[in-house]
Amino acid sequence: MSPLQIKKGSSKHSAYDLRDPNAELIETHTLAVIVDNESGVLARVIGLFSARGYNIDSLTVAEVDHLGHRSRITVVTSGTPQVITQIKAQLERMVIVHEVHDLTVEGPSVQRELALFKVKGRGDARIEALRLAEIFRANVVDSTLESFVFEMTGTPEKVDAFAELMRPLGLIEVARTGVAALARGA
Amino acid sequence: MTRQMTGAKMVVQALKDQGVEVVFGYPGGAVLPIYDEVFQQNDIRHILVRHEQGAIHAAEGYARSTGKPGVVLVTSGPGATNVVTGIVDALMDSIPIVVLSGQVPTFMIGSDAFQEGDTVGITRPCTKMNWLVKETDKLAETIHQAFHVATTGRPGPVLVDIPKDVQFATGTYCEKPKAKTDHYAPRVKGDPEMITKLVELMETAERPVFYTGGGVINSGPGASHLLREFAEATGFPVTSTLMGLGAYPASGKSWLGMLGMHGTYQANWAMHDCDLMINIGARFDDRITGRINAFSPGSKKAHIDIDPSSINKVIHTDVPIIGDVGHVLEDALKIWKSRGRKVNREALARWWKQIEEWKAVDCLAYKPSSGVIRPQHALARLEALTKGMDRYITTEVGQHQMWAAQYLGFEDPNRWMTSGGLGTMGYGLPASVGVQIAHPDALVINVAGEASWLMNMQEMGTAMQYRAPVKQFILNNERLGMVRQWQELLHGERYSSSWSEALPDFVKLAEAFGCKGIRCDNEADLDDAIRDMLAYDGPVIFDCLVEKHENCFPMIPSGNAHNDMILGDAKTQGVIGASGAVLV
Repeated sequence: MSPLQIKKGSSKHSAYDLRDPNAELIETHTLAVIVDNESGVLARVIGLFSARGYNIDSLTVAEVDHLGHRSRITVVTSGTPQVITQIKAQLERMVIVHEVHDLTVEGPSVQRELALFKVKGRGDARIEALRLAEIFRANVVDSTLESFVFEMTGTPEKVDAFAELMRPLGLIEVARTGVAALARGA
Repeated sequence: MTRQMTGAKMVVQALKDQGVEVVFGYPGGAVLPIYDEVFQQNDIRHILVRHEQGAIHAAEGYARSTGKPGVVLVTSGPGATNVVTGIVDALMDSIPIVVLSGQVPTFMIGSDAFQEGDTVGITRPCTKMNWLVKETDKLAETIHQAFHVATTGRPGPVLVDIPKDVQFATGTYCEKPKAKTDHYAPRVKGDPEMITKLVELMETAERPVFYTGGGVINSGPGASHLLREFAEATGFPVTSTLMGLGAYPASGKSWLGMLGMHGTYQANWAMHDCDLMINIGARFDDRITGRINAFSPGSKKAHIDIDPSSINKVIHTDVPIIGDVGHVLEDALKIWKSRGRKVNREALARWWKQIEEWKAVDCLAYKPSSGVIRPQHALARLEALTKGMDRYITTEVGQHQMWAAQYLGFEDPNRWMTSGGLGTMGYGLPASVGVQIAHPDALVINVAGEASWLMNMQEMGTAMQYRAPVKQFILNNERLGMVRQWQELLHGERYSSSWSEALPDFVKLAEAFGCKGIRCDNEADLDDAIRDMLAYDGPVIFDCLVEKHENCFPMIPSGNAHNDMILGDAKTQGVIGASGAVLV
């Protein structure tokens, strides 16, 4: 049998979708999904993403309305415009989902992430780390003679930039919460 | 006034309040309290199946032939896992099913108790919604919500997992009207602006086609009625998916036959060449579209669907209409009439002339044979001899299923029960039992292949126990026919594991079950044998020995376009290219 002439990256959504990978435009969107705060809800939402091959770049979830029994899931996802539209439609039709907001298209929004960085080092590297932390408004939340834990809040880009700077200075561990986001204005 | 009762009693009470008449199930340790309540009442009939998979397919048959939700009652662990295939089947074909499963007591959950399985975890991705009920006070409301979710919007399967201690404990019964269901209310009315846009396109279309699907059936008999009225009034041709057969009558003058991989020549060419495609409750499945970048290249596409996620999923739609088929058709018809019932008569006449040319190809013709029965012929005779009867057809999955869709004519909705999306072998026999339970006096025939039929043949016991006179019409080619066909077409005729060896003697098998067995291996005897089957007052296993190497045509090979179809007498070696071979 002759070799299969199947393009790489095809057949993502249908066995017959032999898409031209060059024609694709991958967009990143931040979705806010308001759901019932019930057991299994997060598994349901994540299951949708994995079952249909959608990407999750970041995910945060917490109860935001105790009386109303609601949680807010903030998910950063990426895909072609058609896939993003599908993701929203698939989320919206779930019984436990009350609202889906695409913060990327619904107007300006603020996005923040909390991160903790453990930096190990002595001497100049240690002093440099402390100096950079000040510039980035990162707080020292734990300190030993040879390590710091910095706490920082910011956009994902700011967190990335700080991590990049800390790496040569002895960064050994990072913990990030993922993005929380709200639309600007009221 | 509030009513106090045990959880087990609540289950039965909630089912009664939901108007449930039949439950298909199988008892076990974790549902014994519910079975105890079922025993002590007479309003709900329990049908004891022989395997839980049989229960859910029977419930699917019941649901599809009545339009009511099918109800399944099974125990924890293996009871629940055995219904998973049926749950996925119901999800793919949008069938309303409510599964009630027992679970180990709440205080034992997570301890790997006997017959414990993570039922809600296992079924989460394949149900529309599922619930683990941990408090008796919430049980009744959850069951009411389950029925609401299963039957509202795009129908589908739901599951309620009920731990045994919740069944024993006493709580407050939530009356049906008090159950909170308003949070799930998919929209049923279509956007009038979009509907008007569709009507405008219909007024000028030169080569229109109605492409209808299971959504028309699911919307209820009213939707089928409206479709017929619309098709007659406009004179537009109608084709349907496997799921939608019967929504428009096979004897109707606008009927093109089924479309898709094994659809008719005229239906697929009409889809390819049309300038306006009106998708009513179908979902552009890959069996329908073939190669999507070659799918109906010159048409504007309108899509009516109650599920917004179906729209623009695989095919770009110019006129998306989100809503229930019945509501949208009613509004569209009203608007079309109010604007003066316009269509492009001249162009339509030309379009029909073209369609007649395609029809003249006579794509379903098959070579006559003397002696050996051709499966197509067997179905054509079955059709002729049952015409006009109060008839319901179920099928298994494979060649016989496609032949049944091609050679049997369906005049009404809810008369055709087949596993379309999931393609579940073993579906037809239990489904036929479910249909017969719902329609005790009707003629219910399961068109089967011998291989599929064996997958759930234990359900003949159920048919016998409940005197369900289901007719099992087995087209026996001693092969896994569709697998064999694909191996012939694209795997160099290497028939890897696609024959049925050591088959039982079906006549003796029938006798062992206590029903009637008929064998027919000659064309000359076929009509009399079918008449014998129809005349017998009880279940029949009909072993129809057919030509072993017959292929199912027409066929759009995987990865090909609608206008690239192979007909029966074409040379079939190598018709599927290398890129088509990876597709299914």
